[in-house]
Amino acid sequence: MMHGSDQSIWGSDERQGAVKDTEGYVTADGRQIGGVLMELRNITLRFGGVVAIKDISFDIREGEIRAIIGPNGAGKSSMLNIISGFYTPSEGELWYKGAKRPPMRPYEIARMGVARTFQNIALFEGMTVLDNVMTGRLTHMHAGIASQALWWGKARNEEIANREVVEKVIDFLEIQSIRKTPVGRLPYGLKKRVELARALAAEPSMLLLDEPMAGMNVEEKEDMSRFILDVNDEFGTTIVLIEHDMGVVMDLSDRVVVMDYGKKIGDGPPDEVRRNQDVIDAYLGVSH
Amino acid sequence: MAYMSEGAEGLRSIPALLQRNAGTFGSRPAYREKEFGIWQSWTWAETEKEIEAFALGLLNLGVRKGDHVAVIGRNRPTLYWSMVAAQMCGAVPVPLYQDAAAEEMEYALQHCGARFVIAADQEQVDKVIDIQDDLHQFEHMIYVDPRGMRKYDHRRLHDYASVQNQGRAAHDEFVGELTARRESLGYDDTCVMLYTSGTTGKPKGVVLSNRNIIETAKNSAEFDKLGPGEEVLAYLPMAWVGDFIFSIGQAYWTGFCVNCPESAETMMTDLREIAPSYYFAPPRVFETQLTQIMIRMEDAGAFKRGMFHHFMDHARTVGPRILDGKPVGLLDRLRYALGSFMVYGPLKNTLGLSKVRVGYTAGEAIGPEIFDFYRALGINLKQLYGQTEASVFITQQPDHEVRPDTVGVPSPGVEIRIADNGEVFYRSPGVFVEYYKNAESTADTKDAEGWVATGDAGFFEESTGHLRIIDRAKDVGKMADGALFAPKYVENKLKFYPNILEAVVFGAGRDRCTAFINIDLTAVGNWAERNNIAYASYQELAGHPKVLEIIRGHVEEVNRSVAGDEMLSGCQIHRFLVLHKELDADDGELTRTRKVRRKIIAEKFGDLVTALYDGSPSIYTETEVTYEDGRKGKIRATLTIMDAEVVPGASPAMAAE
Repeated sequence: MMHGSDQSIWGSDERQGAVKDTEGYVTADGRQIGGVLMELRNITLRFGGVVAIKDISFDIREGEIRAIIGPNGAGKSSMLNIISGFYTPSEGELWYKGAKRPPMRPYEIARMGVARTFQNIALFEGMTVLDNVMTGRLTHMHAGIASQALWWGKARNEEIANREVVEKVIDFLEIQSIRKTPVGRLPYGLKKRVELARALAAEPSMLLLDEPMAGMNVEEKEDMSRFILDVNDEFGTTIVLIEHDMGVVMDLSDRVVVMDYGKKIGDGPPDEVRRNQDVIDAYLGVSH
Repeated sequence: MAYMSEGAEGLRSIPALLQRNAGTFGSRPAYREKEFGIWQSWTWAETEKEIEAFALGLLNLGVRKGDHVAVIGRNRPTLYWSMVAAQMCGAVPVPLYQDAAAEEMEYALQHCGARFVIAADQEQVDKVIDIQDDLHQFEHMIYVDPRGMRKYDHRRLHDYASVQNQGRAAHDEFVGELTARRESLGYDDTCVMLYTSGTTGKPKGVVLSNRNIIETAKNSAEFDKLGPGEEVLAYLPMAWVGDFIFSIGQAYWTGFCVNCPESAETMMTDLREIAPSYYFAPPRVFETQLTQIMIRMEDAGAFKRGMFHHFMDHARTVGPRILDGKPVGLLDRLRYALGSFMVYGPLKNTLGLSKVRVGYTAGEAIGPEIFDFYRALGINLKQLYGQTEASVFITQQPDHEVRPDTVGVPSPGVEIRIADNGEVFYRSPGVFVEYYKNAESTADTKDAEGWVATGDAGFFEESTGHLRIIDRAKDVGKMADGALFAPKYVENKLKFYPNILEAVVFGAGRDRCTAFINIDLTAVGNWAERNNIAYASYQELAGHPKVLEIIRGHVEEVNRSVAGDEMLSGCQIHRFLVLHKELDADDGELTRTRKVRRKIIAEKFGDLVTALYDGSPSIYTETEVTYEDGRKGKIRATLTIMDAEVVPGASPAMAAE
């Protein structure tokens, strides 16, 4: 099921035909979730003697909002870094769109339709919001140096086309009023939204969000939750998110993976995970 | 301007004006909207096609003659087109306030029995869906922005673009019917219905005819010599009569271009980009802008700040005179020209007001300093006085006769009469037809000869012939000696001081006036910080002797200004106190729109009012307050009562002193 992708505002849709596995499930609110987009099989990650992730397997399905939760140091960000290709797992396999993914550089993975935001905001502070979001289009720019330098021909046409996509994202996230504002002057909550805009500008089929609500007040969290749901709903983007705010996670996500000390201790819909004794122990703390 | 004379004969409706404009100004821009970072524009010819396609779509959905079509959303070309398309079908557009809660909308939608609702986006659609079970006549809703709407039940819900497409597809089938309906529109048919905000009781649906709108648009456009080259920014609520007159009435009459901002937040940027030549803003907008300028100038470097203040001082002395065409010395003119180059020009450009030829403010009183500031910069800001029931215009200020304290001369075609109790009555071609389904209120407001009561008290200045509004008629009273008592007039003067947030003046039936004052915590707090004055609470700051002295200074200045007014010099304030708490709507002291509830305050603080009149130097009081979470508490305070100097005037009230 390519839920919603036919309604995409983005012109071309490279995601079509990506997934062959058609078995899916229907969420509580009636959304049809598609087949497996990415599968992680027995992933282990070591840094020297430290085992950050130990033999974890789970899958991410087309169109779902998948959360990874766990106490501090559980290995959530490492997991996200493996998905985004920043880390290469020491053991295990990663299957993406039905094929085993070999070790790749992050930009190659970005080209495959994976975009992300960072726990600590990683924007260009001196550049405007618009320019920052335009950098999200980098993987879609192919004009040569000469054309770029002369601002003529292909480079120019490309810029116009890319700007149109970027403007649609700006409109979607309602940040028109700060379009020309340097990012350094923005409050924290808006910077987070700009980061999301940049990730969306890449027209990803999978969006990775590393603590999108960290440090936000209630109102900003509500806004961000709304945008995450809208992105998923409107463009059918698969979303993987790490978040500490349990209320947000339980409300937003379709399925939750719970990690503790590098191991997977729970996996399933929010209600199921909430009742899982291991998960309760991990959060309330028992002696290990 | 040959077409002007056709007004009465050929052009009897907005759709007829549209047809003329598409012919006369076909390739000129009619609408612009900033979308996706650039200004998209539509010529009059394109506009006619868009509107026609939508009107055909409406016919296709079954819009009947005389139906009410509600329009809800922010200013967007599509929504303006919807209104004209509804008119084309012989239906009546009813724009509603987009920020109204669902229950408030329910009243209006039920009252007018709207069969069709055109909503801007998901937010507005959700509100109507919430209440649709109680709307018995409601049938179809059309939305403009499809975002988030995909999963809605589309049996009674339609996308704007698809309605247009269906209209285009059904062109041959319905075009005859559409033409017939358009041509049958008469001068006295309803043009639009607007709901008044309803500060007292339920909102009333004001029915305005084509004659009301077109005659008013024609007269007011001639008054200010508006032409097809004007640019306006449409950013005020579409449900407000002013927006309907400016963005539809005058725009269609003269053929000028209406520009819609990208969003409410980008309004200032969009204003700068468009640089309107004809501009309207309520006093609040000008106040906020001025405060921002002042704060930013305080943060500027010493040289820039010095230059700003030097040239602004000069502008205040000669700027308004130059604008009014009065004689000014050559040297002063040269200095003003230099100031324009160095300060005024760049400042106006930043504000987006460089090209304003005609600017209006109305709705409430504007502070004279604020008004003069903009006039000093060379911006032709004027005041007008109007009402929904008058299709806006009752009086307005002509060029070269602008003053902060009057509302101008009667607008062209308007007759004005002042009743014995001071209430202002008017009669004009713009006078509304009726309140919809409310014959009783119509009869109360409008008499058989067409005179309409404004509810405001005022008088004509003999020397200039300008009207001055002093207060709501029901608040105007007499003092013990028979002198006129107009509390709001004095309160407004007090409130123009940034340090004073709210003032309540007493004096009806008494021999002298007294006042409660509320300080503005931001302004006074800022002052305290700069002067190293420590305070722990609002109450402590409000009772600080130095603060009381500052307020006394303001009150005495107001007294001097009031004394200069022969009719109202009895309203000088003899004694006042600064309240220990902010007047609050939660405590019932203000309405939700922050208007003072005089009676309730006088009752609640009865002990304080007594102290103001019995000569005591201070008073101990306890006041119950309601916190935001609904809990109640008590504030205890001892308030100092201050005497203020009054200026002996020629009035009988002073003679009695």
